[in-house]
Amino acid sequence: MASLPQWFHRLGAPKSFYFMTGKWLPWLALSAFVLLSVGTIWGLAFAPQDAKQGNSFRVIYIHVPAAFLALAGYYVMAVAGAIGLIWRMKLSHMVMKSAAPLGAVLTFISLVTGALWGKPTWGTYWVWDARITSMLVLFFLYLGVIALQNAYSNQDAANKASAVLALVGTVNIPIIYKSVDWWYTLHQPATLKLTGGSSMHPDMLQPLLVMIAGFYCFYALALILATRAEIIYRERRTSWVLDLAAGKQGI
Amino acid sequence: MTAETKANPFAAIFFRDLKLAFRHRSEIANPLLFFLMVATLVPLGVSPESQLLSVLAPGMIWVMALLASLLSTETLFLSDYRDGSLEQLVICPQPLWQVVLAKVCAHWLVTGLPLTLFSPLLGLMLSLPAAGFMPMLASLALGTATLSMIGSVGAALTVAIPRGGLLLSLIVMPLYMPVLIFGASAVQQAVDGFSAVGTLAILGALFAFSCMVTPFATAGALRVSLHG
Amino acid sequence: MFQFDSFAHFMAMDGHGVYVWASYAITFAVMAFIIVSPLLRARQTLKAVKLQQARSARHNAAQTSSQ
Repeated sequence: MASLPQWFHRLGAPKSFYFMTGKWLPWLALSAFVLLSVGTIWGLAFAPQDAKQGNSFRVIYIHVPAAFLALAGYYVMAVAGAIGLIWRMKLSHMVMKSAAPLGAVLTFISLVTGALWGKPTWGTYWVWDARITSMLVLFFLYLGVIALQNAYSNQDAANKASAVLALVGTVNIPIIYKSVDWWYTLHQPATLKLTGGSSMHPDMLQPLLVMIAGFYCFYALALILATRAEIIYRERRTSWVLDLAAGKQGI
Repeated sequence: MTAETKANPFAAIFFRDLKLAFRHRSEIANPLLFFLMVATLVPLGVSPESQLLSVLAPGMIWVMALLASLLSTETLFLSDYRDGSLEQLVICPQPLWQVVLAKVCAHWLVTGLPLTLFSPLLGLMLSLPAAGFMPMLASLALGTATLSMIGSVGAALTVAIPRGGLLLSLIVMPLYMPVLIFGASAVQQAVDGFSAVGTLAILGALFAFSCMVTPFATAGALRVSLHG
Repeated sequence: MFQFDSFAHFMAMDGHGVYVWASYAITFAVMAFIIVSPLLRARQTLKAVKLQQARSARHNAAQTSSQ
């Protein structure tokens, strides 16, 4: 087995990334599937219902993991952009490009499930509370990056511009979260708690942890798949892609 | 060393931009007219009743100032880009962040500052309670300056894109939100009888932070836009 | 242990069933889409590359034979 630095170096080349991840994909897909299935069935059928919220509480098992990944995904995107800017790594830019719509979709899922949770619990689909509003702003940040990427016709400029925007957004996310939080406490003295937080009963917490792990595996799987598709597209004139298209075996 | 090489690049670009802006004095009025007309839309669309307007006034005036500021952000680099002088500024040996800072300062003087000075008139039209006027001026002064700094990043990223104006708005609006929150809150707190000083201090901190970070981000964005 | 008395109860969830099942259904549908669409995209790109190769091979063959 080659040394660790060599392994990283090879991972950074689009072609070897493609073939290396090709070997990991089945395991990743299996992990994601198992974790998500176990977590879903556990949460839907075997976890106790909440004393105050009843069965609508079960939406937490997708709402919270989606929200986690939506926020984490922004940092993944920004770090990939930063690496691409600083070290001029093509692959890093491709990862960033794939992370943007993925994160936007996860934010969307968290907003929709949040609304569907809110209706039976508090009587209304949309509530301007701190967390939902912050999620909405995160959604806008993602959309801005996606829009900017698609506005440039020059691939190189598109890479760098969206990386700059993602980094500026990263700096702003804590500020936005804090200011929305502050704004909300000004206007809404009553506390509407979305989750029980750390005071959740273990019977409710355990399936949630399984789902969070499952979502992380899912995110990794989706990101790798999207990056591979992007690699094929951007490298479509290279000989290894031509060989791949013709059906010959790669290395 | 001759006098020219000792000249201050910040001052040179600052006064150049001011001079250029004053050559098109009528264009300075555009964001102000927008501000005024949108203020008229609120009573037309909602209700002319003074009580209701005074409840809405702090936030509404801030939102409209933000929109007017957003509209004028596009002009920051656009005319220089079109005639090629932006390219020259970017390849100049002077630090690009200094150039950016000078341009943003000059831009604020002809867009943000007039908006700020106009706001008492809008306060009058929208029945803003008397306690709100001074905090409105202070928060708008700090706030529009911060908005100009943040907006410069978006303007730099979209300057080379055809019809980049709308994209600029999309990119920049999430970043504007904290400024709006604190700005409107400052006025609201004063109207409610509390001291707005703490919130204005936070606005000042946001402004200081944006001054530190955005010139470099804008400089990088300009390089990306122009050289791809 | 299983929290519900019957399958009907499981579906209805004391009136909250619509929301819970809609949330899960939408989420999994979207997640499936996220997995499938890059796979399709990669396949489409490879197909287009293959077509392009065949076209240029025919073109080269035609060129060399006409000389």
